[in-house]
Amino acid sequence: MADLDAEQKDTGQTIAARLWISRWLLMAGIVAVLAVYALAAISAYVVLAALLLLLAAATLPTTGARPSIESGAAIEAIGLQRLSGEYLAAAVADPLIIFDRTATIVHANAAAFAAFGGIAPGMSLSLKFRAPEMQALLDGVLSGDVASDVVDYTEKLPVERAYRVSASSVGHATDLYVLVFKDQSEARRIDRMRADFIANASHELRTPLASIAGFIETLRGPARNDPAARDQFLQIMQSQTGRMARLIDDLLSLSRLEMKPYLKPGTEVDLRETVDSVIDSLGPLARENSVAIERDYADGPLDVPGDRDELFQVFENLLENACKYGQSGGRVTVSIAHSDAGSEPGIDVTIRDFGPGIPEEHIPRITERFYRVDVETSRTQKGTGLGLSIVKHILTRHNARLSIKSELGKGAAFSVHLPTH
Amino acid sequence: MQSVHIVSAYDEELKYLSKRIAAMGGHAERMVEQAIAALVNADPGLAQKVIRDDAVLDEGQREIDDKAIIIIAKRQPMATDLREIVGTIRISADLERVGDLAKNVAKRVVAVTDGRQPTSLFRGLEALANLALTQLKEVLDVYASRSVEKIGFVRDRDDQIDAMYTSLFRELLTYMMEDPRNITPCTHLLFCAKNIERIGDHATNIAETIYYIVTGEQLPAERPKGDKTDKIGLSETLPVK
Repeated sequence: MADLDAEQKDTGQTIAARLWISRWLLMAGIVAVLAVYALAAISAYVVLAALLLLLAAATLPTTGARPSIESGAAIEAIGLQRLSGEYLAAAVADPLIIFDRTATIVHANAAAFAAFGGIAPGMSLSLKFRAPEMQALLDGVLSGDVASDVVDYTEKLPVERAYRVSASSVGHATDLYVLVFKDQSEARRIDRMRADFIANASHELRTPLASIAGFIETLRGPARNDPAARDQFLQIMQSQTGRMARLIDDLLSLSRLEMKPYLKPGTEVDLRETVDSVIDSLGPLARENSVAIERDYADGPLDVPGDRDELFQVFENLLENACKYGQSGGRVTVSIAHSDAGSEPGIDVTIRDFGPGIPEEHIPRITERFYRVDVETSRTQKGTGLGLSIVKHILTRHNARLSIKSELGKGAAFSVHLPTH
Repeated sequence: MQSVHIVSAYDEELKYLSKRIAAMGGHAERMVEQAIAALVNADPGLAQKVIRDDAVLDEGQREIDDKAIIIIAKRQPMATDLREIVGTIRISADLERVGDLAKNVAKRVVAVTDGRQPTSLFRGLEALANLALTQLKEVLDVYASRSVEKIGFVRDRDDQIDAMYTSLFRELLTYMMEDPRNITPCTHLLFCAKNIERIGDHATNIAETIYYIVTGEQLPAERPKGDKTDKIGLSETLPVK
């Protein structure tokens, strides 16, 4: 009852306020009606009706000006409440997912879409994040046992990424929850890199180092006064140091790639121009090995999203391999073609040589670090065993695929499939 | 995920089933990962953990079986729902097998790491496991998103796994021929490789089940076996370096 009274009182107040606001207009109206009554001979009832109409019009709520006067003072106080959750989520740089109490995704920000492909509103979170610790986190928060919780979550494939994930409920009784992913991959990867680098590099660097040490010993001992031998030894030592330098270059570029396995989006690369400049830069090597490079490009624009320098390195490594190991074939063909086969449209760049080919059993493994089909040939061709490893890393970053086809005695074809979007 | 049923408890039950499948999948992925890590890093403690964890998957499968049977009895499902429920039973059986295979790999850790093996052997095995795990992850992602157009990709991977397995097989034979003392660890590793290859096959099975659930049609049966180890004789092993 008390509520009703208060409401009535409230209504009375608003009507009074409305009359006060339109008081000048009201008075002008009354004067006008009375003037008409005085000048023209019309019935008093009509005048009364006109006055009542005026009064009623004045008490009707006006929409335009009045609210702005009231809310103008309050806008700062409620501004934060009006802020859309979507805008707020978009402003957060870390992946952020809002979900309801059935663990269904309600909203995910752009960073979340970029980090975890294949999520969409309406999808179940517990189906996407299946790791036991994530299941426990979701169950804990949804059951209300804990208001918020934090776990470490690692994704091993396709590229290793580690997150510190925090889940918590939003506001009071909104039935909404939020999941925020803090990327910890960089730190984790640096630790791992250090261990890997030392293991791989020390093994590969030891061989040339051992031979240099051996020659130095010989030069200081038995060959001290033999200028012919000294010259020969120094030459060998020089080529060994060259090999070590190349190895270090490759290791460094590989480690740079591993440090940040995902790509900044946005830039487009013109494949035609890139491949052409690779062919130009490898011209001297091709002439030296007496290999002719033939081109076969598709018409139209050949642009793909990616990093030009990295793609340059991919084609450089592949073409260099083709010139070196397919030397006996005398020619190498480079073709660029649109491919719409399969689920994703893209552009295929194929580099084919006509050399001895690669035995089938090696094909699945040649992109492993330091894996060599033939150790002797690789050494004489100044290979480091890292070229294809680098290629594979770069392509993984571009969501691209490398497929290798080879028939013994007929050469090998390395085909790079780059998605166009 | 599906159209809404009049009895909302029915929806809840179906949702619960797929949530349990996801949890089992996550568990299976983790077990395979840890089994391989235990093998590569010679870590018997981690191997023991994997062996213990298998019980969770067994339990999960039993629970899903029970729940699914009850739903069929109670709700008399038709069409998509029936496919969904039967598919769930099949997927949980596949995942349980994946767990068994991971457990078997973990059991061999002690025998393999008794004497130190060449690291290149483990590198190959790790690469094989990565392929199988990627496949498993992709398949379970498709289960979550129901975008079956990506299924073709899974079969491509299966070919890669088979090729890699064949290559590892040759390599292990070579090591055994080099030195009879290698035979014990290499035989164990051969079984590990076979187990991992089987995990890939189970992932393909799951993919086929998902395709059936979503479309109501069987994935075209054409699946040539890429495993060529049945043809490898003594003459075809790698030359001894």
